[in-house]
Amino acid sequence: MEYFIELLFSGLTRGAIYALIALGYTMVYGIIGLINFAHGEIYMIGAFTAFIVSTVLSILGFPLLAIIVLAGLAAAVWSSAYGYTVEKLAYKPLRHAPRLSPLISAIGMSIFLQNYVLLAQTSDFQPFPELIPEFDFMEPFVHIVGSSDMVILVVTTLMMVGLTLLIKFTRIGKAMRATSQDRKMAMLVGINVDRVISATFIVGSALAAVGGLLIASHIGQINFFIGFIAGIKAFTAAVLGGIGSIPGAVLGGVILGLTESFATGYVSSDYEDVFAFSLLVLILIFKPSGLLGKAEIQKV
Amino acid sequence: MKSIIVKKLLAATVGLSLAIPTMAIAADDTIKLGVAGAHSGDLASYGLPTVNAAKLVVADVNARGGINGKQVELLVEDDVCKPEVATNTATKLVSSGVHVVLGHICSGATKAALPIYKNAGVIVMSPSATNPELTQSGDYPNFFRTIASDDAQAKTQVDFALDNRNLKKIAVIHDKGDYGKGLAEFAKQFIEKSGNAEVVLFEGVTPGAVDYSAVVQKIKRSGADGVIYGGYHPEASKIVTQMRKKRIDIDFISGDGVKDDTFIKVAGKSAEGVYATGAKDNSSNPLYTAAIEAHKKTYGEDPGAFFDSAHAAAAALLNAVEKAGSTDTAAITNALQANDVATTVGNIHFDERGDAVGVGFAVYQVQNGQYVEVK
Repeated sequence: MEYFIELLFSGLTRGAIYALIALGYTMVYGIIGLINFAHGEIYMIGAFTAFIVSTVLSILGFPLLAIIVLAGLAAAVWSSAYGYTVEKLAYKPLRHAPRLSPLISAIGMSIFLQNYVLLAQTSDFQPFPELIPEFDFMEPFVHIVGSSDMVILVVTTLMMVGLTLLIKFTRIGKAMRATSQDRKMAMLVGINVDRVISATFIVGSALAAVGGLLIASHIGQINFFIGFIAGIKAFTAAVLGGIGSIPGAVLGGVILGLTESFATGYVSSDYEDVFAFSLLVLILIFKPSGLLGKAEIQKV
Repeated sequence: MKSIIVKKLLAATVGLSLAIPTMAIAADDTIKLGVAGAHSGDLASYGLPTVNAAKLVVADVNARGGINGKQVELLVEDDVCKPEVATNTATKLVSSGVHVVLGHICSGATKAALPIYKNAGVIVMSPSATNPELTQSGDYPNFFRTIASDDAQAKTQVDFALDNRNLKKIAVIHDKGDYGKGLAEFAKQFIEKSGNAEVVLFEGVTPGAVDYSAVVQKIKRSGADGVIYGGYHPEASKIVTQMRKKRIDIDFISGDGVKDDTFIKVAGKSAEGVYATGAKDNSSNPLYTAAIEAHKKTYGEDPGAFFDSAHAAAAALLNAVEKAGSTDTAAITNALQANDVATTVGNIHFDERGDAVGVGFAVYQVQNGQYVEVK
């Protein structure tokens, strides 16, 4: 039984990591129907920003809490700037182009950003400082769930709730929903669609940056390629849960994480990806729009 | 430019192979050292350093008055690293009366050529053929080598785990890649063969995954008292860090893919106490530095691949001929196995299978942020 609980928590941690990144995919898809393949790179840039800022601050002797908050803020702002710029440069000019064009543009952006960081930061793995300390009160449970796992679980839950509230109850959230339902109609009733889309990218990128900080601190190392690998899995999670749906991204991430963890624990880690992707195929066969996704109606 | 070099090399090879028979006839009373390997084609860069090494050793020996009063003569033959060519190369060397052979370079070519030398009673020593079967099959009592075989690293790890650390239950983890999985499979075989310990877990992990805690929990549940990991440092540092975070303080033994300073930098305090095998360090060996200097002086550049093991092999062969006092196969074999000889790869002799004892891998441990050799 204890083994089951241990696997459950390692699956939840993995799932929460996927979900943190998947939220950004699903938000952008929900608004403009674009799979933003550069999102993994935004997450990676967030991790690097947090790395640089926290290294500088710890040299200057700031206390740990201040380092976390400042590094998190800096990463969120910097990543948002990247997210905003990527949208303006690579997606906005293609807004009326066929659907495939922005997709290709997104892949191009992803490759560009990876290589840009590769050239600027070398391809070596960098040690990421342990920003989340080992809490004393976690010590009795540490063999099941560590402090950083716990923080990731809590933050992912908070973000999901916060995002849902933002979309349901705020002005910008209402505008986002309107834009997602019918962009032209939203424009006609006076919503500044460009600004709504920019806001979506900014929020999504900020989330990715916070994810970058937490996950890098959990793993302890970063390089230019982390965004690509994590991005693929997060994208899978978003599709599994129903891309476009915010609770769906979290549900998809958790299901993917649990599947991998239990496959490793009870079968063999050689087959974790086999199980994860078989599950994806099965779910898409029976529910093509994902677990919580809305069936897309062809607008004529 | 490249084609000119290739042409010059070809011309040199052809020139040499033409020159040798006439020389052989002229001077009958010499020790004939054959040098066979890839001297042209794609893999020439693996074979030519051996020729240079042999020339340096032979020049040195001849300057000292030769062996037992006889001068040493080089017979250089190209096998282009191809098994079908290597049989011709071997036949040619045997028919020109070669006494001992330094070569071949590639494992496949070596394997093809060995039966011919075996029938002729010629001792062969390779500086670079690492295929485990060449010595372990027992088919070629005339074969020796000065390089560790492919499985030597796994052997070093398992010996260390069983003898020094007294581990009884070992979890073998790998990264599913050619290098990591190969190493892990050899380690598993050696543990099972020893009978003193058991493999309680044999698993591959996905490189680049965000979290390895599930596999870490599985290691804990298996009751292992040590982990042998085949793979590279990014995954190793994640696994070690998560093991230590879950308070699993068992031995972690890995290979030269982890014996890298980046591992220590990234894993930080979790790296402390981790064991890794790595190639033995020759740089403090005066013979090694002298051989490199001699190469620079003669050829004006740094030596290439397998130069040090080739230099050692040539020296060991000629030393054995000298000790044996004849070119008799059994006498040379005895001399190779019985006498320690100081070479560029350290003091070596050969075991009954033909592998050099004293070359290969050493075990290192991370102590205070540095890899330190475990004596």
